Amino acid sequence: MKHINAIWTYMKGNRMLYLGAIISVGLAALFTLMGPLVIRLTIDSIIGSEPMDVPVWLENIILRLGSPEQLRSQLWIPGIALMVLAVLRGLFLFLRGKLAAQAAEAMAKRLRERLYDHLQHLSYAYHTQIETGDLIQRCTSDLENLRRFLAMQFVEVGNAIFMISFVLAIMLRLHVPMTMIAMAVVPIIFFFAFFFFLKIRDAFRASDEAEASMSTMLQENLTGVRVVRAFANEPYEVEKFEKVNSHYRDVTYRLIKLNAVYWSLSDLLCLFQIGLVLIIGVIWTANGVITLGTLVVFTTYEGMLLWPVRHLGRILTDMGKTFVAVERMEEILAEPREVMEERGDKPAMDGPIAFRGVHFSYDDAPTVPVLEDISFDVEPGETVAVLGHTGSGKSSLVHLLARLYEYNAGSITIGDRELKTIDRSWVRQNVGLVMQEPFLFARSIGENIALAKANATKEEVEAAAKAAAVHNVILEFDKGYETIVGERGVSLSGGQRQRVAIARTLLSNHPILVFDDSLSAVDTETDAAIRHALSHRAKDRTTFIITHRIASILDADRILVLEHGRIVQQGTHDELVNQPGLYRRTWEIQSAVKEDTPA
Amino acid sequence: MSTMLKEQEYANKFDWKLWRQILRYAKPFRKQLFLLGIVMVAVAGVDAAFPYLTKVAIDEFVVPRNTEGLLPFILLYVGLVLLQGFNVWSLITLAGKVEMGLTYRIRRAGFRRLQELSLDYYDTKAVGWLLTRMTSDTMRLGEVISWGLVDIVWGFTMMTAVMVVMFSLNWQLALVTFSVLPVLFAVSIFFQTRILAAFRHVRRINSRITGAFNEGISGAKTTKLLNRERKNLEEFSETTENMRHSSVRAAILSSLYMPIALTLGMGGTALAVWRGGSGVIGGTISYGVLVAFIAYTIQFFEPVRELARIFAELQSAHASAERVMSMIDTEPTVKDREDVVAQYGDSFFPKKDTWPAIGGQITFDHVWFAYNPEEPVLEDFNLQVRAGETIALVGETGSGKSTIINLACRFYEPTQGRILIDGVDYKERPQAWLHSNLGYVLQSPHLFSGNIRDNIRYGKLDADDESIQAAAKLVNAHDFISKMPKGYDSPVGEGGNLLSTGQKQLVSFARAVLADPRIFVLDEATSSIDTETEQLIQNAIQNVLEGRTSFIVAHRLSTIRKADRILVIRQGRVREEGSHDELMALKGYYYRLYTNQFIEEETARRVASL
Repeated sequence: MKHINAIWTYMKGNRMLYLGAIISVGLAALFTLMGPLVIRLTIDSIIGSEPMDVPVWLENIILRLGSPEQLRSQLWIPGIALMVLAVLRGLFLFLRGKLAAQAAEAMAKRLRERLYDHLQHLSYAYHTQIETGDLIQRCTSDLENLRRFLAMQFVEVGNAIFMISFVLAIMLRLHVPMTMIAMAVVPIIFFFAFFFFLKIRDAFRASDEAEASMSTMLQENLTGVRVVRAFANEPYEVEKFEKVNSHYRDVTYRLIKLNAVYWSLSDLLCLFQIGLVLIIGVIWTANGVITLGTLVVFTTYEGMLLWPVRHLGRILTDMGKTFVAVERMEEILAEPREVMEERGDKPAMDGPIAFRGVHFSYDDAPTVPVLEDISFDVEPGETVAVLGHTGSGKSSLVHLLARLYEYNAGSITIGDRELKTIDRSWVRQNVGLVMQEPFLFARSIGENIALAKANATKEEVEAAAKAAAVHNVILEFDKGYETIVGERGVSLSGGQRQRVAIARTLLSNHPILVFDDSLSAVDTETDAAIRHALSHRAKDRTTFIITHRIASILDADRILVLEHGRIVQQGTHDELVNQPGLYRRTWEIQSAVKEDTPA
Repeated sequence: MSTMLKEQEYANKFDWKLWRQILRYAKPFRKQLFLLGIVMVAVAGVDAAFPYLTKVAIDEFVVPRNTEGLLPFILLYVGLVLLQGFNVWSLITLAGKVEMGLTYRIRRAGFRRLQELSLDYYDTKAVGWLLTRMTSDTMRLGEVISWGLVDIVWGFTMMTAVMVVMFSLNWQLALVTFSVLPVLFAVSIFFQTRILAAFRHVRRINSRITGAFNEGISGAKTTKLLNRERKNLEEFSETTENMRHSSVRAAILSSLYMPIALTLGMGGTALAVWRGGSGVIGGTISYGVLVAFIAYTIQFFEPVRELARIFAELQSAHASAERVMSMIDTEPTVKDREDVVAQYGDSFFPKKDTWPAIGGQITFDHVWFAYNPEEPVLEDFNLQVRAGETIALVGETGSGKSTIINLACRFYEPTQGRILIDGVDYKERPQAWLHSNLGYVLQSPHLFSGNIRDNIRYGKLDADDESIQAAAKLVNAHDFISKMPKGYDSPVGEGGNLLSTGQKQLVSFARAVLADPRIFVLDEATSSIDTETEQLIQNAIQNVLEGRTSFIVAHRLSTIRKADRILVIRQGRVREEGSHDELMALKGYYYRLYTNQFIEEETARRVASL
């Protein structure tokens, strides 16, 4: 029920289209079924001499066209009637296909966008824990499953229901005992289809799994081709592939054989049903119980009826798959979105920054404090360096500043405004954070840099690239700024990626800039060059630098030393080298190393 | 060189040679295909017989109002029904056998070829592209040859049978009703071709959508930081709108076809009623014939539609066939010479006992190399490496140091000049000879899904558990492995993702050590690994290099410093060469690089270990 509710919600905005599709299905079925009735009337009452077995009003219309005797010489009239019915049926068949497709595709488009948008707005924490492949599967295959259900199977179900009820209604009107004969095997066929497909679901799954493991093996072989070659293990790989390849073949062949049993038995049942109608019908027609026209109607209807019935059994078993797909998509949509506080303040963010007694722990481990009692002040334009071991809470500290996570206690203010009350995206527009492993999009380098600023000029992009010391690197590529990066393009080295990401961030001129160990893969010279360019570009910019590199810390206005989530020391370089502690020890090592260096 | 890399081009029109090639793979299934043909003729024959039976029933029993002789009729009917049931069963079983067998064989050939193709082929083809060739393209070929044959034989037999029956019942009436057939055919071909093309277009957009989801999800964190959410959604909406539009178009096209075809079919029925009905009244045609004609005109439609569909599908299968065959037909650029294979065997059938032992002396003798002819990477490159020597290669990305390694490993061959191993051109030996003496550790270690033990064993497939443990101990991997819940049987996950980068690296070291290679190649990692593992790896490297000729693309200075010889490579040339001390005295590029990095590295390490 829950699933049906979800699907009902997805249909929102297109429900009229679905209604139109369903009405068209019904009308198409109706016109399909009228064809044989015209033939029956023609055979029985125009060519033959039976009395017309139609409602009085229809008989009147027919008689107005001419008496049966006159009609006999004008058999093109029933021919035209058949064509008119066929055209009407065609029209509604077309409408059914068109409306159902429009509805299902509109639904798919909205759902795709909803999923995409939702995923973008899930928390930072969520995105650190996800499995990309699984999510993509949900957003593509699962969605496709639902789309197909709504575009085709849903309509098929409607078609089957209409067909069965209309056929039953007409048959019952024509001849009740004959109807019993015509329906004798139909429920068996339906349940046979239903239970059969239920039963072979395991075989289907086995085939799917075999295919998946074959693809995985292939993929691993192809991505690891160097390893295979380097160890001369080609024969071993061929043998391994032989196993998965033949396993897939055997498992799938087994499924095909099961299908062979199903289709042959099901065909047998159907043919027996048709044969039953034919033979009993022949006997009854010969005995005058029913007319020849009625016999023709029954045999034709039987053929029209059996396919939807068989199909229905299959669709109903497939419906489980659709519901699973819906469930998997609903799981994503049920994740809470990041509250953007869009009606929050949008103050200028160039004021002093103050941390007061800030505590923070991750939601999934609330008892493990990541940051404890963090307090410090930063004046506008200062450069703050954060030093500490891996896991000391450095990254968390700056993540709080960009509102990627919420602090649990204490307060963070920027220019006297509490950070929590400020519009989240406003915060991020003002805090430029460069990650250690930045993501580049599969487009040109130029576009990647210009991502954050909609109408950046070429000059601005190049200036940012120069400041990030990546301009010359880019020019060395054949296509310069037009070079496509990412999966289908040039793969940049870690340091080049970091620099492109820095250029991208610099382009927006944020009042607060954060380097979260984002120069780790850049060599020392380039690092210094970038910092030099930065200090020239914006003097009043507040900068946070997280790094292992002592050289980058030296000229910071303020240094925070973190240990186990607490600030153990803070001050300038000169202050800190004169206190015992982590900073001085670090400094001493560095000096010692310098002297060590053979020069 | 690059022209050789290009795939063999096939003509775009129907190409018998291509299909003959494909049919080679169907050879073992000749018997099944033959039987399948017979079964399909029988199926169509029985299908066509049923309306005739109705005609017989009406003319023999209904009209004369006589039920005598009905029993044999019933028996005949039942017999046909049973025959049809059997036919359907055998057709699906046979076609399934051919389909799966053919797909299996094409895949086997494709995989074998992929194992032989040189790395330059892999440079030009994305893994996804190759995967599609091996999965969906081969599947389509299997389908079209088995089920396509089913449909073609059935369709043609059915049409012929229906025509024969109708003409023999009443040829004038048959001519009249058949007048719709050519139109039906033309309309079907017209639509099916377009429908297929439209759906192909939809599939292409669909893969763009998958790509967009991939990027949206992998880049979500960056998107947040850049405030790109709205803009991304806008761009995504363009793609989804494109998808919606094209899908609806494709759906409309196919919903248009059905009614038109059905209406045309009904035209046949109407003609039968009109002309046939008049015949009945005139006494020239029996009731039974009329009813049979009506039933047959309804039956027309099915084979016509199937044939039109299969012709359209053949077009797309043709594209698949081209792609798959061009892959299988590609000749590897690095290939063992025939006389070499005759003497030493090849990768699949090595004659290991004829292989000379490798000493480990490597010579680059006037070597030229280019990935594409306009941009030579190495020009007249010379290098002498003594057996057991450790060579460190230093230089920027793109300087040519990876190329030197690729050439030494014979993943590529020089475009000019020779590479000698122990004084003999390595082309005089099979690739497997060199590769089975090679230890190779990549910067981003590639593991296969399975457990740790199997991954280490990959270095030497017949190694016993003791030697696996010994190798793990030598590279300091034993401790972390033993601490894992299942020890050596712990799964590494797909691509090794259950292990940390450092652990993956140690496992790949163990794997290389197990192979006991004479030549060792190490593409060192730069990524930051925790101090403890870093130390383990350093020691592992020392253990491993002992007594082997080795090439190191080095980033860690401690490794470089211990190398026998350091080569600074810039633009495909050796710019500085010598031991650490010599190069430091030179005060050139190496000196600058070293002093910069040394301070940084030492500090980071000591800070972290405080």
